[in-house]
Amino acid sequence: MVTAGTRLPIDVRTAGKRPGVARISHGVIVALLVIGGLVCLAPFFWLLRSSFMDEAQIFATPPMWIPDPFTIENYVDGLRSQPFFGYFLNTMTLELIVVPGILFTCSLAAFAFGRLRWRGRDVVFGVLMSGLMLPYAATLVPTFIGWERLGLIDTYVPLTLPAWFAGAGGGMASVFLLRQFFRTIPRDLDEAAYLDGASPMRVYLQIIVPLSKPALLVVGVFTFFAVWNDFLNPLVYISDGAKFTLALGLAAFKGTFSSEWGYLMAASTVVTLPVTVLFFVAQRQLLAGIALTGLKD
Amino acid sequence: MSVTTQPSTALGHGPAGPDRRLRSGQARMEQRWGLGMALPAITGFVLFIVGPMIASFVIGLTDWTIGESPTFVGIDNFTTMLGDDPLFWQSVGSTLYYAILAVPLTLVVGFGVALLLNQTVRARGFFRTLFYLPVLVPSVASAILWTWIYNPDLGLLNSLLESANLPTSQWIYGTATVIPSLAIMSAWGFGNMAVIFLAGLQGVPHHLYEAVECDGGGAWHKLRYVTLPMMTPTILYNLVMGMIAALQIFNEAYLMTEGGPGNRSLFWVYYIYRTAFGESRLGYACALSWGLFVVVATITVLIFRSARKWVFYLGSDS
Repeated sequence: MVTAGTRLPIDVRTAGKRPGVARISHGVIVALLVIGGLVCLAPFFWLLRSSFMDEAQIFATPPMWIPDPFTIENYVDGLRSQPFFGYFLNTMTLELIVVPGILFTCSLAAFAFGRLRWRGRDVVFGVLMSGLMLPYAATLVPTFIGWERLGLIDTYVPLTLPAWFAGAGGGMASVFLLRQFFRTIPRDLDEAAYLDGASPMRVYLQIIVPLSKPALLVVGVFTFFAVWNDFLNPLVYISDGAKFTLALGLAAFKGTFSSEWGYLMAASTVVTLPVTVLFFVAQRQLLAGIALTGLKD
Repeated sequence: MSVTTQPSTALGHGPAGPDRRLRSGQARMEQRWGLGMALPAITGFVLFIVGPMIASFVIGLTDWTIGESPTFVGIDNFTTMLGDDPLFWQSVGSTLYYAILAVPLTLVVGFGVALLLNQTVRARGFFRTLFYLPVLVPSVASAILWTWIYNPDLGLLNSLLESANLPTSQWIYGTATVIPSLAIMSAWGFGNMAVIFLAGLQGVPHHLYEAVECDGGGAWHKLRYVTLPMMTPTILYNLVMGMIAALQIFNEAYLMTEGGPGNRSLFWVYYIYRTAFGESRLGYACALSWGLFVVVATITVLIFRSARKWVFYLGSDS
């Protein structure tokens, strides 16, 4: 039987066309991609080159593309002028509480919604998914008032506790992604374990979690990015400079050195670098994971 | 399962009786555990979404300054918002204008790039990663970078335009250009949509293209009669998610323009933030939050409604 994926012996895309035409259009496509890539990279490159330049080079007209000479002064002086290492430690503290919380509670929910049969399951899942359509900002002020009443402003509790409740609505995207992945695991594995008297918790821990490492990695890394980049929440809840995250510290730095472009570019590079490295390490799984979020059920 | 396989009832437990007991035990267990394992997510939804939305409405009926006790004012905040606050309508206008520029722009660029990537096999992974890179830049860093790129005197764009003897612009410092400038900046992050589109494109069944070719159709026909219809569910997804995100734009207003110039970038969430944390008017900020919720919900519903007309699902064809 010929199915959708079956390839015919001749390449149907070029069949009927003269090979020359195909080669030219392929050249055009590659050229467009290269131009697009350069446009994408230009701001990046601009950030990086400026961070290694002194004032005179940064503002030279016409613009210089390569620093001459390279200087690391912006990194040395700029980063010393504010406790960036402290911001980094604060951010990592949040990461260490939030990422496991999201991974654990979202995968539990995904298991419940994707692999267990219980009354009301689909209704509850639908209602929770509708939370994704809700503008997060609409709950910002009342949630702030709630935390304020509890005396927890200027602590990390408002920034971390929601993660242990499946990300308080926002985590449903992760639940959805994990659920999609869990559903690809053969159900026979669960059935066999249940016949041996295993509980759902054991099936979750000993069958589903070990087989779902790629999906958990995707959710973990994207959660890491979200915490790293989050600006609005730390801005609202944290006012003590000693508790600033990197995003908040960088924004404060922008306020202090609004015209020291070299410093600003160096600091921005430092804040961008770790997430970029992390992305490169896991890019295959991550890109596949993003693709998975767009799939309809 | 073929007929020759042992029926599942014979798994050493004898005939139907014990098996049914086993099954109902299993069902009871799944019922208990299912609800239990979903409980953190359900609790989170109630505590951090339903609760605050209700509280928001109630607080919206009060006049409340941080540190003082609230006084009940009925629907005053809501009537002020709709009838007597030019800044509110300014922020609604700016936010919608931004979303209407930024989302289609990002969709078109993302879709175009995905189409190109889908055509070439060589170096596809390389380009896909390249186009995704801007998405990785933390929003504060990207705000700093673009503040400078858009700087009218010293920025990258105007220096490039000047050296090419082209007219320059005030970019984010001009009342007419600030929102288009921010929309262009957001389109720089098209990589996320492009990756999702690319995955969708790779799922389009190949035989449909072959059918077009058999009928003598060319590249345009393939795009128009196969690719676009098959991609409508993915377009819908990106459209909805993009809209919800764009309507909540905040960081750019806070870090780059402070709502200016002349309140032109006083986006809705920034206005909520300023009302609550700058002016300490909690009641009014909550009313504004409800307004935002109603508008986002309405737009989402309208998109889904219209989707019935233009989204094509394979297997439910007419």
